Amino acid sequence: MPVSLLWAVDVYGRVYSLSTRGQQWEQCRDAVLEFKRVTAVQQCCWGIACDHHIYLNVHSSDVPIRYQEETFENQRWNPMDNFSDRLLPSDRWQWSNITGLEHQPLDSFFLPSTNWEWEGDWYIDENFGGEPTEKEGWTYAIDFPATYTKDKKWNSCVRRRRWIRYRRYKATDNWATIPSEGRSGPLPDPFNDISCGGWEISEEPRGRLSLWAVSLQGKVWFREGIHHHSPEGDGWEEVSLPGEVVQISCGPGDLVWAVLWEGQLIVREGITRDCPRGSSWVVVDSPNPEAGAIHVAVGDNVVWAVTKDNKVWYRRGINSYNPRGSGWIGMIGEMVMINVGLNDQVWGISCEDRAVYFRQGVTSNELSGKAWKAVNVPRDGDIRSHSSASSSSLHSAGCFFSGEVRAQSVMSEDSDTKNGPQRAVLEVGACPSSPPPDPPPVDPDVPKPRIPKVTSDSFISEMLSDRKVKREGATTEASLREADAKSPPLALVLSPSLSGGPGDPQWSNVDLEETQTHLAVGPAGVRGDAADTCSLSSVATYTLCQEEPYGADEHPLWAWVSGGGCGVDCHSQLNWFNSATALSSSVQSMSLSISPAQTAAWRKQIFEQLSERSKREMDNFKHYEQAIEQSVWVKKGAMQWWRDWKPHKWVDVRFALEQFSGPEGNQDGILFLYYNFNEEKKYLHAFINEVTILVPVLNDSKHTFAVYTAERTKQRWPIRLAAATELEMHDWLALLSVSCCDSRGIQGPPSKQALWSVTCKGDVFVCEPSPSLEACPYPTPCDQMFWHQVGGHLRLVECNSLGVVWGVGYDHTVWVYTGGYGGGFLQGLASSTDNIYTQTDVKCVYIYENQRWNPVTGYTNRGLPTDRYMWSDATGLQECTKANTKPPSPHWTWVADWAIDYGISGGTDREGWQYAADFPTSYHGHKTLKDFVRRRRWARKCKLTTTGPWQEVPPIPLSDVTIIPCGAQSIVEPIPLWAISNKGDVLCRLGVTLLTPAGTSWLHVGTDQPFKSISIGGANQVWAIARDGSAFYRGSVTAQSPSGDCWYHIPSPVRQKLQQVSVGRTSVYTVDQHGNLWFRQGLTPSCPQGSSWEHISNNVRKVSVGPLDQVWIIADKVQGSHSLSCGTVCHRLGVQPMEPKGQSWDYGIGSNSSSVQSPGCVQLPLNPSSVPSA
Amino acid sequence: MADDKDVLRDVWFGRIPTCFTLYQDEITEREAEPFYLLLPRVSFLTLVTDKVKKHFLKVMKAEDVEEMWFDFEGTPLKWHYPIGLLFDLHASNTALPWSITVHFKNFPERDLLHCPSNSVIEAHFMSSIKEADALKHKSQVINDMQKKDHKQLWMGLQNDKFDQFWAMNRKLMEYPTEEGGFRYIPFRIYLTMSDRPFIQKLFRPISSDGYTHTLGDLLKEVYPVAISRDDESKRYQVVIHGIEPLLETPLQWLSEHLSHPDNFLHISVIPVPSD
Repeated sequence: MPVSLLWAVDVYGRVYSLSTRGQQWEQCRDAVLEFKRVTAVQQCCWGIACDHHIYLNVHSSDVPIRYQEETFENQRWNPMDNFSDRLLPSDRWQWSNITGLEHQPLDSFFLPSTNWEWEGDWYIDENFGGEPTEKEGWTYAIDFPATYTKDKKWNSCVRRRRWIRYRRYKATDNWATIPSEGRSGPLPDPFNDISCGGWEISEEPRGRLSLWAVSLQGKVWFREGIHHHSPEGDGWEEVSLPGEVVQISCGPGDLVWAVLWEGQLIVREGITRDCPRGSSWVVVDSPNPEAGAIHVAVGDNVVWAVTKDNKVWYRRGINSYNPRGSGWIGMIGEMVMINVGLNDQVWGISCEDRAVYFRQGVTSNELSGKAWKAVNVPRDGDIRSHSSASSSSLHSAGCFFSGEVRAQSVMSEDSDTKNGPQRAVLEVGACPSSPPPDPPPVDPDVPKPRIPKVTSDSFISEMLSDRKVKREGATTEASLREADAKSPPLALVLSPSLSGGPGDPQWSNVDLEETQTHLAVGPAGVRGDAADTCSLSSVATYTLCQEEPYGADEHPLWAWVSGGGCGVDCHSQLNWFNSATALSSSVQSMSLSISPAQTAAWRKQIFEQLSERSKREMDNFKHYEQAIEQSVWVKKGAMQWWRDWKPHKWVDVRFALEQFSGPEGNQDGILFLYYNFNEEKKYLHAFINEVTILVPVLNDSKHTFAVYTAERTKQRWPIRLAAATELEMHDWLALLSVSCCDSRGIQGPPSKQALWSVTCKGDVFVCEPSPSLEACPYPTPCDQMFWHQVGGHLRLVECNSLGVVWGVGYDHTVWVYTGGYGGGFLQGLASSTDNIYTQTDVKCVYIYENQRWNPVTGYTNRGLPTDRYMWSDATGLQECTKANTKPPSPHWTWVADWAIDYGISGGTDREGWQYAADFPTSYHGHKTLKDFVRRRRWARKCKLTTTGPWQEVPPIPLSDVTIIPCGAQSIVEPIPLWAISNKGDVLCRLGVTLLTPAGTSWLHVGTDQPFKSISIGGANQVWAIARDGSAFYRGSVTAQSPSGDCWYHIPSPVRQKLQQVSVGRTSVYTVDQHGNLWFRQGLTPSCPQGSSWEHISNNVRKVSVGPLDQVWIIADKVQGSHSLSCGTVCHRLGVQPMEPKGQSWDYGIGSNSSSVQSPGCVQLPLNPSSVPSA
Repeated sequence: MADDKDVLRDVWFGRIPTCFTLYQDEITEREAEPFYLLLPRVSFLTLVTDKVKKHFLKVMKAEDVEEMWFDFEGTPLKWHYPIGLLFDLHASNTALPWSITVHFKNFPERDLLHCPSNSVIEAHFMSSIKEADALKHKSQVINDMQKKDHKQLWMGLQNDKFDQFWAMNRKLMEYPTEEGGFRYIPFRIYLTMSDRPFIQKLFRPISSDGYTHTLGDLLKEVYPVAISRDDESKRYQVVIHGIEPLLETPLQWLSEHLSHPDNFLHISVIPVPSD
């Protein structure tokens, strides 16, 4: 669960936010004014201050909001002046937009508001459709509206070039005033209520929001043009009304309700993708005729209302077809206001005690929830007043950090706390190895190791003070940056915590000390020396959390709450309700690298004593006879088997695993499969130590898995088995997996050198490399490598030879490996106890609606008899209706309804249709005369919840990631890690070390276009592929300058658009869109960009180059002796220092996916970048 | 650092080197050699001493043989206590191998239960597991298991199959995350110097205000004498599986990792040896 914020305003107009990981309200001190109301969404928070103006607080991110302005300089050739700006009268302007229709000189560009700043000056774009142009950036054509080429020809009469300049939104984490101006001059009226939402209506433009506001006179205004690149929007537009409105609420989707003065409610209808403002209002009566409604709150599919008597009402029967719903249900509890946040979670402020309440148990099946639960956490001010008032010497250390620093620090930091806690702890992780050079000035009388002097106050203010120091550093950098600004593209230093890395020993030292003590207090509240420390630690934990918030006068009175940015659901574990345990458990959840249970003294003691015991009681007596003789253990069961001979079908078989001790004392076993063949009893067997991989196979009707051996890998024909129930399959898989690992002597977590891979279904596999894997001349054949599963669900995994592993989910969420093993169905012995966390992933299932045109009725769902199904999959071969389409496996559940997908390649019309002449052809987004068929794609999101040794790295979603294959020798040395965000931004991770594999923050590296693939080699060579298919090399990347200086454009192979790149120690390989594998020629230390591309192979889906330039690929189609495999792991043989291209392929795991009934597809976008040397 | 799973292995594969000698008054045809054996700490004496019986029967006449029983330094050893517990309780500070005397006559009816066959041990073992699960999960887990699952637990113990046993036993060790532990911890505290066989009470792993109970909390509650005050020297050792966990060890963790296969945490409180 990424950290997000709940916002609230107290009765004095002070704005507070509460982090889902935090346990106290943080006051937003930057707000000079008192606020009346706030409305939050994930990326920002809008508010109305006491001056009735609207303010916007955009949360900062490691990736800045930056917008590329462009304009074109046009020239025409004439015999006198050659090319010059003297154009014909009929020509376009000398400076124009891309179409030539608008006049756009460089000085006509202005910043949209004072909250923007220019990043640098204008410069010429020298990239033309993936090809570098000549120095000046000109592109040539015969005449103006024509095709441009980068080469000047004899008939080139005109030319143009593109100028670009970036502007950046600078007012993040700050309350910026939004001018109250309508389309025609200032609004006559100050604002009274505001509501933000509508982000689910459309994904175009990115980050689009709807903002509704109510003026004091009861008019409603809609703010136009708010999206990612324009966070403030352009202007207010009045919305006509049937009466005077007092309050309005806008949900994430198309639901907008408002309350009228008279107490009725009005519902906005006609809100669509094309018309987010909607078209008309419909009146709904108040739930109680005596007491009119005073407040309404809407979510995705719910409406809650409050009437004048403070009664709470829930509206039945709301959905997007019926935004009005069908009836009111009275709920228990009296509230002054209610807010519906993400996932339809409900927040309220109680009428009785003015506390913030959370509605418990709100699920998609039970949207009305179960009960109100008070959010019971102190405010940051409360605790400080306590600790400074306290005479206890225990707290004096805490006092040192409080007060002054806090007050000075700019409040913009506050909303940044969503990254805060994690960063702070990550820094701790790096510290134990470096002895504290300079102890912090704490009270010398306090015996440090035994006193848990950390209060949550000191912890947090310390973080802030820490940050403040860094902030100053950042400002200096900012000015430096400004000086550099004229040499774009450049790396932008944007994270405030950036500059305080390892170069700031004093502060990191404070972190270390504080947090270690803190951790030791731990969930058990127990430390080194039992009896007395127990009481001490309980002093620290309990006085702080239990007594404080209930101090007589300190009870906060709340006026407004907004959960629109707060990503909780009914399963979220929040520390907000029971403050006694809040502190310790939150500390636990924050720690990534040090978990308190693992470092606890008691645990160490047990380990030590047990090994002592073994020594004492067993070492000298090994010659004694064992009391129990080892025997064979058999586990039997019934399964179905996809039989080997034709016609292939599922047949019932008996299945048995016999386990015994092998000759060297190791566990071993044999799998037996008893079946009938022509009334004759037969059996099939496989030795456990020959099994190479066990793969769960997704199937919506059966619980199936496949067992491979080397022989079966060659045949591309595994043993496919189906268990009766999911539980049974998981039991068998876990048992077989343990048994296979035992027989190969594999125990515990994967080694640092392990190879990681994921299947096309998202399952994660690990292979322990044998020393002979890269042996020359006879390496271990690929098909004999043994792969075992670890929990989790990933689309992409990337590791280095030091054990740092990152993964990216299908929903682009980023995960870092925690050092555990198991999870998912691998429970019990196959799983570690620690370092296993919940992991979720979301993906879309797509179906197609197909229609054919006929002269009478136009497009209808009546096709020709030869046509595909009118509801089908992408190929048209399978019928897929909305009703019969299931999630990919029983583990996935639907989380949304079917929705039209407008984002399909080729474009769509306004209703999502794509047109074509006939069905199996290419589709385009507009209707022409020749089009007789059309289709549109429907998408439905489904979600998987599982467990595995992964922890989320919020908040930026990624599409690609790369880690330097070797490098760092010490545990604190930074490990270069680069990534591409799902929007195409290039990012460089700071603070990644062996101890803090998650790193601390992102550094954004500017590019002129979105990127899609990136790879870093052993010598810091960074190569990347842009969305236009061209390659880029990043210059001057070193340990000192981790983000390098500028991009060098490398043309792609002729007429090929590159897709993916991988860099080893010296080699660079790329794969293009047609599956060709290319090797970069001529790379030398003096010419790191190389000279040309050499074609190596076709039929390649993905390439991965190891630290010793080992080359591994996923081959697309490989013919086995029994069937064809799509997606096979292959190893390049014969790669030598003098022969970096190698000679031939060795084929490994991978299997058949050609038949729908026998899925066994193992696509392994493998990352074997960590294969050790022979 | 090692994983918690390793503790389970260490506990399971704990062995006590034992020397069985025939009681001097037993009538033999020729002199009986002592018999040396590695006894699994988590098993039961009568379940693992077939070899011992066979060894001594070779030198005895059939008519001189009644039910076999054992003593250590004159104390009859209860077969229905796990072997490791018997050792910790009676012999933890003596030299190894553990010297056990074997008897075939004069069965001490007052001290010991009869054990005519392994099915008696199985019944005893299963009833302990059921009792433990009643405390932990209101018997929900054990009742949800099938007969063959129960058998798998027993066979795992009988044949010393760690994987087989734990494949099933892990279900007995699960608990809802939101509750933070079992309902009650199944434990028994044994004292050498007491008439009571053991102490057993209801004790929760987490206090009502969310505080995690430790081994120390348990002892404070049920047998405070075992904890020495600050100002005095240590009088008692609190031993589980031959080790002395720190008093701040969370009880829930102990129950999950240091319970015997019968799912009870058997805790011995023994006086510190005077020397």
